[in-house]
Amino acid sequence: MGPNTDTARFAEMALPHLDAAYNLARWLTRDPADASDVVQEAMLRALRFFGSFRGGSGKSWLLAIVRNTAIDWMRANRPAQILPAPTDDSDPFENIPAESDDPEAALIRIGDRQQLDRLIAALPAEFRECLVLRELEELSYKEIAAVTGVPIGTVMSRLSRARLMLQRALIRENAQ
Amino acid sequence: MTQIIDHAEAHALLHAALDGELDAVTQLRFDAHLATCPDCTAEYARLKAMSTAIRTQATSYAAPAELRAALAKAIPHAVEAPKPSNVVPFRRWLRPAGAGFAVGAALAASLAVLIDTRNADDMLADTIVTAHVRALQPGHLTDVQISDQHQVKPWFDGKIDFAPPVKELSDQGFDLVGGRLDYIDGREAAVIVYRRKLHMIDLFVTRARHGGAYPDSFPAAHATPSGYNVVRWSDGGQDYWAISDLNRNELGDFAKAWLGR
Repeated sequence: MGPNTDTARFAEMALPHLDAAYNLARWLTRDPADASDVVQEAMLRALRFFGSFRGGSGKSWLLAIVRNTAIDWMRANRPAQILPAPTDDSDPFENIPAESDDPEAALIRIGDRQQLDRLIAALPAEFRECLVLRELEELSYKEIAAVTGVPIGTVMSRLSRARLMLQRALIRENAQ
Repeated sequence: MTQIIDHAEAHALLHAALDGELDAVTQLRFDAHLATCPDCTAEYARLKAMSTAIRTQATSYAAPAELRAALAKAIPHAVEAPKPSNVVPFRRWLRPAGAGFAVGAALAASLAVLIDTRNADDMLADTIVTAHVRALQPGHLTDVQISDQHQVKPWFDGKIDFAPPVKELSDQGFDLVGGRLDYIDGREAAVIVYRRKLHMIDLFVTRARHGGAYPDSFPAAHATPSGYNVVRWSDGGQDYWAISDLNRNELGDFAKAWLGR
């Protein structure tokens, strides 16, 4: 198979997911210019590795490369923003109270776009990526596990903790 | 009949239920619990409201048009690059009408040399582009991966018969990554590797092949159709080739930063 056919196949597979790729890179780097750099590099990596693509979800495959490229890029260029990851070995639901009788929690006012964007951007990266992949890219747990390279149980744990952190932040800021 | 699940189990399944990740049987058992539990019902409603708010209100960033255009250009070229047969001969990289070569006083004296060496330049340029692309393959970039000039420089000692200058340019945005040896045009080359953001820059240094300065001993830039830019210069003793997928201006900045020291 010649290079042109390969390129055409790659473009056909990857380009429909360009917005998803950029959205993930943008949320991971939190900067538009950085996100463009990451996506360009990720696309070139993806093209290089395209021979090893075995079918299946092209979106997951591509987003996994975008994610890894973003992490490499952040390590190289924004090391100060890489924080130690909270441990995932703990009970996934330890932070969720058994009884949800907090009267304040019932009165959470969901913020506007600006507030939501800001609070999501403030989540630690592992939790942010799970939330973005689930809520904005609408990936299944299995697909998120493939993109982030962690077990499905960890995806569930991170996602529930992401939502809990966001919920608490909304209560803190909006409860009167 | 479906088994009853207890409160703790149902609570643990709130997110999976919200995300439609429960199998049919578990979903039924979860629903059965929810119908009898105001706490879980309230928590589920809160999570659902927040999830809906994120989906409808949080920003999904669309790829900028410039990025789309850049990729449309870059993707085909990325396939061509590793194939030496697709590398366009060196003379086609040159800017029109000798912009790279016309250097006043040096010109007349050097013209003959240039004509004689043009074909050799073709081959040399091909070799350097190919060597750079080969080095970009995983694990091949650097033999010594040290970001300190005082460690990179001695590493070359004893491996080659000249001393390539190794400069620290990180305060100008070019991080020293390391070095390696290559073999270009039948001669040893020291390759000093720098990085700007995600872009790798290979600086090939060889003993000067003309026994003197290139006529274009100021930096001359050439763009290749394969997406790489090349800047070369000579200081008389050694020839320098900087190659990268950085844009031409930034690679020019690199050459200036290097020569400014």
